[in-house]
Amino acid sequence: MTQETLLIGLAGVLASAAPVVFAVIGETLSERAGVLNLSMNGTILLAAMGGFAVAYTTDNILLGFLAGMLIGALVALVVAFASITLKQSQVAVGFVLALTCRDLSYFLGSPYMGVPGPRLQVVPIPLLSDIPVLGTLFFRQDFITYLSFLFIFLAWAWIFRTRSGLMLQGIGEKPAAAYIRGANVTLMRYVYTVIGGALIGLTGPAYSLAIRAGWMGTISGLDGIGWIALAITIFGGWNPLRGAFGAYLFAFLQWLGLVLQPVLTQVPSQVLQVAPFPLMILTLLLVNIGNAEWVERTLAAMPESTRKFFAKLLRAMRASPPAALGVPFISRSRKRVLGGLYRRICARGRKLRAVFVKY
Amino acid sequence: MIRDRLGNLLYQLAALLLSFGVVSLILISVDASPWEAFRNMFAGSFGSLRKFAEVLVAFVPLLLVTAGLLVTFSAGLWNIGVEGQVVLGAIATTWVYRFFLDSNLPPALIIALAILGGMIGGALWGSLAGLLKVFGGVNEIFGGLGLNFVATALTIYLIFGPWKRPGVASMSGTVPFPDEFSLPLVENLRISPWALGIALVGIVIVYFLLQGTYFGLRLKAVGKNFRAAYLLGIPTWQYSMYSFLICGALAGAAGAMQVAAVYHRLIPSISSGYGYLGLLVAMLINYQALWAVPVALFFAALNIGSIQLPILMKLDSSLSGVLQGVLVLFVLLASGMQQKFARRS
Repeated sequence: MTQETLLIGLAGVLASAAPVVFAVIGETLSERAGVLNLSMNGTILLAAMGGFAVAYTTDNILLGFLAGMLIGALVALVVAFASITLKQSQVAVGFVLALTCRDLSYFLGSPYMGVPGPRLQVVPIPLLSDIPVLGTLFFRQDFITYLSFLFIFLAWAWIFRTRSGLMLQGIGEKPAAAYIRGANVTLMRYVYTVIGGALIGLTGPAYSLAIRAGWMGTISGLDGIGWIALAITIFGGWNPLRGAFGAYLFAFLQWLGLVLQPVLTQVPSQVLQVAPFPLMILTLLLVNIGNAEWVERTLAAMPESTRKFFAKLLRAMRASPPAALGVPFISRSRKRVLGGLYRRICARGRKLRAVFVKY
Repeated sequence: MIRDRLGNLLYQLAALLLSFGVVSLILISVDASPWEAFRNMFAGSFGSLRKFAEVLVAFVPLLLVTAGLLVTFSAGLWNIGVEGQVVLGAIATTWVYRFFLDSNLPPALIIALAILGGMIGGALWGSLAGLLKVFGGVNEIFGGLGLNFVATALTIYLIFGPWKRPGVASMSGTVPFPDEFSLPLVENLRISPWALGIALVGIVIVYFLLQGTYFGLRLKAVGKNFRAAYLLGIPTWQYSMYSFLICGALAGAAGAMQVAAVYHRLIPSISSGYGYLGLLVAMLINYQALWAVPVALFFAALNIGSIQLPILMKLDSSLSGVLQGVLVLFVLLASGMQQKFARRS
């Protein structure tokens, strides 16, 4: 393999990871706010179909992308309404939507099966694309891939470097505390779930109008992407940078499977395509095993030096979800919450005084 | 109490009507007559004895999967991996059949062994998700999903690799087994009374397990509050594992039925999505075993009824999936609404 083909292959990896990056960032925002949007797999398919259908009928690619985002936002709104307002199980609602949207996309999409439609073009960025290696890798992509690069850093900066991002972490970790600090937890959760949903919706047209242009119904090969993106979100520890890394790793592995195909002829191609899944289970295991009880017990029984080593190793891999993920927040009036805190402090004071009096 | 029941029924009726309304709107949006579509679906599932037999063929695995899922749901677990457990059941059944292909054992014994093998295969695959959950801290949803994809890949690998048809491997599956390996079918129909019986026995066992045994009570305690159950001295993680094993065995039986009574070979889409559909059924019946039979029959009828839609009306057969999903969604939303209004008053 020459260097040129290798570079083009790797640039392809960056491009084919772009849709997954959007999904992972969208899910990360939603879960950071405490809402698990499990509908992702169906949303992506419906947005891919809807985005393609709109772009095809209007002959306007931008409208196609907007339609995909709108579909994602609407599905997320249903998840938000059911889980935040009605306090139903997020897993149940999300799972039902995942199946329903998938079937809906197949049902509504049948007239668009296999029709050739518009496709996003590669736009090399003038000067930057002439840089030897990096130019081919990063600056000869299409618009949506550039957008994916941008969103990774935007999302990271928003969550970890702004005040609003801090509040976002707060409503996912300790909604009651954020509430006391003046955050409208319910509204914020709605907003972040819908924004996250719109990003997840962007994934659909990013496939059907760019990477895998067109709508092919059940053989689009998109069924399953949403579940992978969910796993990558966990792998990413709810951090856009680490999540994006997961998405690129996944795309790289898929590409590797294709490249290795001619070498490993006795392995059917379908098997290589699922190679990421055992790996996904393995990474989830590595990320989560630090949270298991028996590991803690085993660690505690180890001699000090080994214990420290393993504890460090586990901590480096471990990712803990936002503490209030999936937990409905029941808002009480601020006065009552504060009143409760005040009473508890007073009670503690009385107890202390009683102790002093005794001695 | 009676008013509660009545209110419950009212909300669910409203959900049913709403979901048919929404699906009608979807149908109108693609210039199809909803009335004609629903009539065709009904005729396609109950129109003749042959069609109803097809409904029962779909009903058998769906009921078995639902029965298994009731156990894991009682233990508070979301066993999405049930789809893969069906697949592994089918693979194990095929393996047993192939193992005894040239033996002199009576066919009845081989069939029994094959079904048993399928149940063990499903249970083992279920226990994998359970081990990941209990010892690895991996959420059963993600572990199960990953295992589902692995199971599908395994099927395709076997069909195109070690178990391929002599000559050329194809998506049509492995070589069909001889007729005596099939569960006895009703004359001229594809339904086996044995398979139907096994499915019904499965749901009855689960019903009594959950309603009438100490085991069921403890399982539900684990599901309701893991920590409290632990403090009460219930071996919690063992109970989680038991529920995975039982669900896996029942799902494996569903896979075994697909091989032994329907396809007589291993095909790539052997599970036909019954695992996921079973999850919908379990949610719709609100995890009550008593309702599993009628609702599973209804869902099976929708699936079979929609098969004719592409030919009769040029509509995609995924309409049944849309209807099933929308129905469950509205029932979930309706029960949420009901709880909300109950809290307010």
